[in-house]
Amino acid sequence: MHHKYDVLVVGAGGAGLMAALYAAKGDVSVAVISKLYPTRSHTGAAQGGVGAALGNIGEDHWEWHMFDTIKGGDYLTDQDAAEVFSKDVIDAVYELEHMGLPFSRTPEGKIAQRKFGGHTREFGKAAVERSCYAKDRTGHMILQTLYQQNVKEGTTFFNEFHVLDLIIENGRCCGVVAFELATGEIHTFQAKSVILASGGYGRIFKITSNALTLSGDLMSIYYRKGLPLEDMEFYQFHPTGLTKLGILITEGVRGEGGILRNKDGERFMERYAPTIKDLAPRDMVARAIYTEIRAGRGCGPAGDHIFLDLTHLPPEQLDAKLPDITEFARTYLGIEPYTDPIPIQPTAHYAMGGVPTNIDAQVLRNNTDIVPGLFAAGEVACVSVHGANRLGTNSLLDINVFGRRGGLSAAAYANSLAAHVDLPDNPVDDVVALLQRLRDGGGTENVATIRSELQETMDAHASVYRTEETLKQAEVDIAGLKARYVHVGVADRGLRYNTELLEAVELGFLLDLAEVMVVSAKARNESRGGHFREDFPHRDDVNFMRHTMAYKDGGDIRLDYKPVVQTRYQPMERKY
Amino acid sequence: MTVTQERPAVEVADHQQLVTLKIRRYDPEVDPEANWQEFQVPVEKGDRLLDALHHVKWYLDGSLTFRRSCAHGVCGSDAMRVNGVNRLACKVLVKDLGGRDGDTITVEPIKGLAVLKDLVVDMDPFFEAFKSIKPFLITSGNEPTRERLQSAEDRARFEDTTKCIMCAACTTACPVFWNDEAYFGPQAIVMAHRFIFDSRDEGADERLEILNEKEGVWRCRTTFNCTDACPRGIQVTKAIQEVKRALIFRKV
Repeated sequence: MHHKYDVLVVGAGGAGLMAALYAAKGDVSVAVISKLYPTRSHTGAAQGGVGAALGNIGEDHWEWHMFDTIKGGDYLTDQDAAEVFSKDVIDAVYELEHMGLPFSRTPEGKIAQRKFGGHTREFGKAAVERSCYAKDRTGHMILQTLYQQNVKEGTTFFNEFHVLDLIIENGRCCGVVAFELATGEIHTFQAKSVILASGGYGRIFKITSNALTLSGDLMSIYYRKGLPLEDMEFYQFHPTGLTKLGILITEGVRGEGGILRNKDGERFMERYAPTIKDLAPRDMVARAIYTEIRAGRGCGPAGDHIFLDLTHLPPEQLDAKLPDITEFARTYLGIEPYTDPIPIQPTAHYAMGGVPTNIDAQVLRNNTDIVPGLFAAGEVACVSVHGANRLGTNSLLDINVFGRRGGLSAAAYANSLAAHVDLPDNPVDDVVALLQRLRDGGGTENVATIRSELQETMDAHASVYRTEETLKQAEVDIAGLKARYVHVGVADRGLRYNTELLEAVELGFLLDLAEVMVVSAKARNESRGGHFREDFPHRDDVNFMRHTMAYKDGGDIRLDYKPVVQTRYQPMERKY
Repeated sequence: MTVTQERPAVEVADHQQLVTLKIRRYDPEVDPEANWQEFQVPVEKGDRLLDALHHVKWYLDGSLTFRRSCAHGVCGSDAMRVNGVNRLACKVLVKDLGGRDGDTITVEPIKGLAVLKDLVVDMDPFFEAFKSIKPFLITSGNEPTRERLQSAEDRARFEDTTKCIMCAACTTACPVFWNDEAYFGPQAIVMAHRFIFDSRDEGADERLEILNEKEGVWRCRTTFNCTDACPRGIQVTKAIQEVKRALIFRKV
């Protein structure tokens, strides 16, 4: 079936829903395509808050937020993006409140704010209350509120439609190809503007906070066209996932006074970040945790986790501020956080890299030129505001600020075109061939087995600590898995809700992205933010103050580099 | 009819136990009738029911179909009827289902919505009911430059109903909804409550009019199934009662 809209949004999390609202203000027709129902999107799993210098508790300024974001990103952050971001987000938070978001409140009735990792006053002097929150369900409230606003505006949704190709003709994006899960029908969507808002790809790892559906589909689809992915070596491990499970336990726990302890009960973060201790940025805390575990100071019989201690906090405070995470600990680990510390370990959480864009959310096809008609916002995109390490709360800003900018840019571009660009003759051919090969190819390799082996090797060789040797091992493993992937088989031959088929497609995306990550990481012979090379443990601004741009080049990956935009703040040593 | 998989004995490691999942299967492309199928699944301490279902899908029968995404009880995808009551598959542990060696756990789609395939039901009527109660903040006049003020007490008034993840566990546990699909169901009333009792909202009268209709809040028979089913611990029946009271006294 064929559909035609002015603006098409792929993905219905925070960035996509915000983009749809803002595109619709441009008097254009808008549709949102998502492989899930919108309220299932992973924005809803975000917990701790959205950072904005409102100053409702203590003095705060957008310049401080901008600085923290750049320093947190280990100076790989593009500073023009960080400036736009820190300024815009203040109004974005007020807008969310006006839309009805039920923020927690101060005694005066203002939006409540709390401390969060790496957010400081006066350029690093002390932690500041910048995270605007709704208990520990801020992402849930953002997702619900934005969905409610889309219901109010009558946005058209195509739910459970899985986008499997971007149509780019003569360098312009003019639509997408999607698979309707309910029927197996292939649809073409013609559009003047397409906005990618499809989220991350945490499922390349085994221990992850990411939903099962986060397989980086659109990143991989973009990359397969020979177009670049930026900074894919930079992946964030959240310090506190429930051990073995990876379920997120918000940094807001530490913002409320929670303390990380090793098996001796020591508050070890005092040694790693003397000023802000447990509220150091995530990359530093994740490394500190693994350093403790490697030194034999891990907790439990196997010494393989660390304790997050809330037992000194009053139960009323936990109930009022952190009800969901205490429930997670009870449900999944049988731990009572009032009286016992929560066993945690770092969990794969967020992609700093992705589809390169400029600050108007226009997608870049190289270091300078855009792909007309294509926009991206949220985790799928790399602006790059998060640089080498994202600060907590900044992803919920990203979806609002750049979702909005993406919606406006996409509508403006659509309005500038007199007519839709013609689609090529057979836009669905590649998708049909891919599905046919998977469904009818008679392969015998098992999708889940290959995926599980990929996740094992990525956890072992390409996570918090990396060396050239481990990355080479990952590269070899991935090559072997890709060779086996050619022979995967699917038992379900049906058309109706064939989720097995789509899992097989998603595995192909995961394998691509894991490979790009490993190759990009192997070439970056330095340590910066979330990318830590034990064989090159220091930051090297002379050789690596630059973004990686990875291109698919036949069966190989070609790496190019892009300068970092520096405006206000010069790189300094990163201490907290 | 129950089909049991003819398979060699399942290997069970020391730290695992074997449970039987008895799953309601339906795929009209294969068979116009639904039937039961049993699978032997090795589980570990701490495994969610979702993990056991994935074991079936990934290693025993790829055609088993269910929705899931976040896997920790916040996205609302995987509501299903487990041992006769509505649960999220990712928020219930096998060991808490009496899943000891040799035990059988029954898994069926949630009731009252058309089954499309296996555990997947048609969610559209559910979302349409939600949309019918105007589920968005309604205000008039100019917005302030900064945030609207709201006291912590006013915020607390509707806290419970903001937790809803729209999984449909409540609505599809409701006997009234089973017998009359035109009834809005508990979830839509929960969502109406979230706005009616928000001090910032000015749409209470409009929503109460909608809920006062024939298929509205008066159909509730206070069976508390909804409250028992809610994976977020929302006091659903209480919220419905508060909406009824607001209708009687026309005062929020």
